[in-house]
Order: sequence, then C-alpha cells, then structure tokens
Amino acid sequence: MTAGELNDLTVLVLGAFIGFEVISRVPTILHTPLMSGSNAIHGIILAGALGILFGAHGALEVTLGVLAVVLATINVVGGFVVTDRMLEMFKGRRSQQ
Amino acid sequence: MILAALAARQVAVDIAYLVAASLFILGLRGLASPRSARRGNLTAAVGMVIAIAASLVGEHPSAGVVELAVAAVVVGAVIGAVSARRVRMTAMPQMVAAFNGVGGGAASTVAIVSVLATRGGGATLASVASVLSVAIGAISFAGSAIAFAKLQELMTGRPITYTAQQVVNALLLLAVIGGMVAVAVGPTDRVALGVLVAAAVVLGVAFVLPIGGADMPVVISLLNAFTGLAVAATGFVVHSTVVIIGGTLVGASGTLLTKLMSDAMGRSLANVLFAAVGSAPKGAGGAEGIPEGATVRSGTADDIGTMLAYASKVVIVPGYGLAVAQAQHTVRDLVRALEGRGVEVSFGIHPVAGRMPGHMNVLLAEADIPYEQLHDLEQANDEFRTTDVVLVVGANDVVNPAARTQSSSPIYGMPILNVDEAKTVVFLKRSMRPGFAGVDNPLFYNPKTVMLFGDAKASLAALVAAVKAA
Repeated sequence: MTAGELNDLTVLVLGAFIGFEVISRVPTILHTPLMSGSNAIHGIILAGALGILFGAHGALEVTLGVLAVVLATINVVGGFVVTDRMLEMFKGRRSQQ
Repeated sequence: MILAALAARQVAVDIAYLVAASLFILGLRGLASPRSARRGNLTAAVGMVIAIAASLVGEHPSAGVVELAVAAVVVGAVIGAVSARRVRMTAMPQMVAAFNGVGGGAASTVAIVSVLATRGGGATLASVASVLSVAIGAISFAGSAIAFAKLQELMTGRPITYTAQQVVNALLLLAVIGGMVAVAVGPTDRVALGVLVAAAVVLGVAFVLPIGGADMPVVISLLNAFTGLAVAATGFVVHSTVVIIGGTLVGASGTLLTKLMSDAMGRSLANVLFAAVGSAPKGAGGAEGIPEGATVRSGTADDIGTMLAYASKVVIVPGYGLAVAQAQHTVRDLVRALEGRGVEVSFGIHPVAGRMPGHMNVLLAEADIPYEQLHDLEQANDEFRTTDVVLVVGANDVVNPAARTQSSSPIYGMPILNVDEAKTVVFLKRSMRPGFAGVDNPLFYNPKTVMLFGDAKASLAALVAAVKAA
C-alpha cells in the first residue's frame, strides 16, 4: 500500500466517524429533508465524472463519460433544489409567527 | 519554475477541497436541526460548487470534450432543476429515490470507465474499489428504479414474492461477488465486466421487489447509503479526497438514518428487508381479532361535523390518504374553523406517517400549520385519554391496535398511536381496503368508531361546512 492510499483510507475512516456523529440526534421531523440533502452531497461524484470524461479515449468511454456527467448533475442540482423547496416551507411558517 | 507553479496550483486545489469538505460537514450538521436546516442545505451546495470548480483545475481535456461536458452538465442541470421544481410535495419520496438512483448510476458508470481504461494490472486497492463501486452503484441504481416505480404506482406497491426467493437472491449475490473477483484480479475483460454489471442490476431489482410500500422509505435510505459508499469507492479510483469524503459522509449518515427509521417502525432492519410484510393478506375479511358478525358504523359529514364542533379537544391523525388527496390545506381550514369555536386541536403524527419519516410534517408545514400543534407519537399518546374525538385521515396501520395485541400480526410490535383510548374515533377513508401492511384493522369494528367514506379532501371540505353550520 502506498502512502497516498493510506492517506485515502485515513480520510475514509475519519469521514465515516464524522458522518455518524453529525446526524446521530436528528428529530424525525427532519428525516426526509436530511435524506434528500445527504443524497445531494453524494452528487460530488460529478467531480469524478467530469475527470473521467476529460480523460476518455474512444467512443465507448466518451459515451459513458457523458452519461455519468448527466446523471451526476441531475443528482446534484435536483437534490439541492428539492431539499431547499421542502425546507423553505418550514421557514415560511416561522417568519409568520 | 513550471514544477513550482504546478505544486502551488495543487496546494490551492487541496485547500479548496478542504474548504468544500468542511462545508459538507457543516451542511449536514445544519440539516439536523429545524432552525438551521435550510442554511445547512445551502452551505453544502456552496461546498459542492467549490469542490467541482476545484476539480476542474488541472484537467487537460482532449479536443471537443469540453463542449460535450458543458452540454452534459446543462442537460443534467435542466432535468434536475425542472423535476425538482415541478414535483408535488406528496411525490417527494419517489423523487428522492430517483435522484439517488441517478447518483448510483453515475458512480457505477465512472468506475466502469476507469476499469475499461486501466487494461488490467492485478488486485490493487484501486481495482478493488472500482469493482465495489461498479457493483454497489448498479445495485443502488436498479433498486432505486424499482422503489420509484412502486411509489409512483407504475407497478404494484405490494411485496412481490415467489418460491425460493431468498435462494435466488443469494445466488445473485454470489454471482456479483464472483464477477467482482474476476474483474478485479484478471486482465480487463469486457465480458466479465458486462456480466458483473448485469448481475448487480438484477440483484438490485430482486432485492427491492419483495419489499412493500410502507417499508420503502427505509429502503430508499439504505440505497442512499449504498450510493454514498459507491461514491466513496469511486473516490479511491479517481484519487480524489473530496469525493471520498462526500461519499463516506453520506454512506455513514445514511446507514445511521436507516437504523433510526427502522427503529421508529419498531422493527429490525433485517425484518424490513427480508420479511415481505403484507405479502400474504389473510382470507377475505377474515382477519383475526374481529368478532364474527361485527359491523361497521358509518356516519354523515353533518353528524360528524356537529360532533367535532361541540367537542372540547380534537386530535387529527394524518396519514398517506391525506397526502394523496392533497388535502393539507383543507385540513388547515378545518383546524381554523374548530379553533374559531374554541375547540382545542392538535395533530398526532406517527414517525412513519405519509410515505417517509417527517414527510407529513413537510406537508402540514406547507399548509401553514404551526409547529407547536404537531405532536409526535409519545406526546400524542399522552393526550388520547382526554380527547373527545380523534379524526384519522387516511391512516390505517399506524393506529391499528393489532400491533399491540396480536402477536401473529405482521405489524405486531410497531409503536402505534393509541387512538382507541379517545372517546370517539372517526376514520376518513375511501373504502374498507386495508392499508399498506395489508392487514385489517379491528378498530373499524369498535362501537366507538364512526367511518366517513369518500375522498379525504371532499370529506374534510364537507366537515368544514358542517362545523361552520353547527
């Protein structure tokens, strides 16, 4: 295992602990927006998809790269917008009071 | 000189990734509290923009590819934004499933391309990560597609079971594992890769088919965690720290959220995934616990409206029926009409009311019902003994006393709202058809129960008129 790979594993393990910690006490009322919001975060795969497309050789790789970019962008944009729409409603009620 | 410039640029990119990862964590943290949730979501979105912008620095795209990439981003952004803006609040669960599915598909596709591009090389960390990502991403994609189809009612929401299903699923899992090993250790073989993808897709479908509609939120949450893991694995393949962090955060938080959800239903995750609740409905009308010859009493909107108007305390228990009928605004009108007469009104909300935990709170928030009036399971259960009328709008399983009393019932052990402790229970239902769990409700036959048949919105509107006239 190279030093770079060990670094990546360290990041993975620490990320997992933080993931558990930050949402360990969420009220049920927010489960749906939380699921939707975390869903948008895994859209970070868009960074990987763009990298793959930029380095693609041949028609098959380019086609798959374009497909990956489209899918990842739907995930990112749709995820954040739909979560914001849900949470906007919670906000509207508070400002009224 | 050039090397120094390159190094400086790499440091700048790494700092940007660090900032982005911090914003993801802050964003997730924000999402855990109602006050900071919207800001949290925006924080994570800003982190996303920074991370993607940083990842573009240092790329050397071949000719013509930049245009393709821009076009692909525009197409994806338009599809994502338009569907997110247009979707009705009631269809939110299937929308989340769809967005999760495309994320899993993207992770799988990125890993497929990198396997194609590496032309073999033995079982390194990267090759192990890439086959994991191919498989998990494809399972998540296919499973989410089935979840979407079930919730959108493109296919039956009931569990689909057949003989030796567990054996078939186990064999599929073995096929996926075999495919992963073959692709990871062997020289790049397109046939093996194709078999792996196909087996993973079929496993994703087979895995979600036997799961019923009521359990779907838990499955969507689990698939969300799967996609997170697939994305994290892809991060190893494309050597991107920020992709690893983003994926891992979702994988871990999604796993915990899945557990919290199955706890809210009083079930273990294994039970949700493998028990196929409601697949074998009892013989026509022959549910146990219902006395022979028991009858159902139905009332008119006028009678029930009068009863509500002269009550001193009313609790409304909303369920998916309210959501389907888009009746959240009409129920608000009923609340206002009752409050105008001095009736104390609150809502008793089961953790899994609607089709997703917290989904009902979103719908009622849309109708401007104050947060203080929305009581959770424990709070509501303390109140039923002193409640005159409980109005159950399109819910069934979450108030079914069989969950307390019948050890043979598939919903036995699920925490329920004890509406049967109130003086009178009114059910607003379309018909006598059982709910998602496919079990009959003995409470329908209780002498203190009155049924008001019809579409939830029309029934509620009739009740508003009756309360105003009383």
